[in-house]
Amino acid sequence: MFELSLLICGLAVILCLWRVALGPTAYDRILAVNAVGSLVIIGITLHGFFMGRPEFIDIAILYALINFIGTIAILKLFSENKNKKN
Amino acid sequence: MAEFLINGFLIFLLAIIAVVAIRSIKIFSTVMLAGAYSLICAIIFVSLDAVDVAFTEAAVGAGLSTVLYIAAMRHLPKREKVVNDNTIFAFIVCFGVGCLLIWASFDLPVIGDPMAPIHQHVGPYYISNTKPDMGIPNLVTGVLASYRGYDTLGETVVIFTAGLGVLLLLGDGKNRDKNE
Repeated sequence: MFELSLLICGLAVILCLWRVALGPTAYDRILAVNAVGSLVIIGITLHGFFMGRPEFIDIAILYALINFIGTIAILKLFSENKNKKN
Repeated sequence: MAEFLINGFLIFLLAIIAVVAIRSIKIFSTVMLAGAYSLICAIIFVSLDAVDVAFTEAAVGAGLSTVLYIAAMRHLPKREKVVNDNTIFAFIVCFGVGCLLIWASFDLPVIGDPMAPIHQHVGPYYISNTKPDMGIPNLVTGVLASYRGYDTLGETVVIFTAGLGVLLLLGDGKNRDKNE
């Protein structure tokens, strides 16, 4: 069960990286990196259960917080650029 | 076997991200890929049981570095300047150093080997004395905050001084409009 979930997570990460590399607009890239972050959170949790050490879930929580800050910073940059043009 | 497969897959992902980040011309795309690289790196650290390193990588690598890159990107053009120099010599040097490093890695002890020299120096002392000395179970915290407390204090002072110097040089941005 955990093996299958990890496998699906891995495939999803590859698809997201594809979108980061090729994504025509910047917003595609932001969304894709955000999705990679979410998949990493799921992956760490699954890895913990898979290896029989589910104590590491708190790292997954930290990742969730950090992921949020990075995205906010990027979007703030975009909104500032937009204001400059107007 | 499963652990080997997971680590191999993660390192394969890292290699792909690194190549794509180097090849991409758009700076924004490179910054985004660097963030993804840090995230994957942090899973590898978790997988190697280095949880505190993974914490640092997630906080500094994926969080803070991305924000700093984005702040620096505001002052840069959107695309890299493409340089078509002859890079064969650089490739040979990199390839040679890589081969040397791989060759040197055969002499490293096995991961987690308790008889490795690094685990025989002061490690056993910390393992047996941290709990009686400090009364806390976390060895890393015990070493950083108490056995090497002055060292950590010095590092903190150095980083604080560096930050203060950068702030004094760059200013807080309030006087920018007068000069422009």
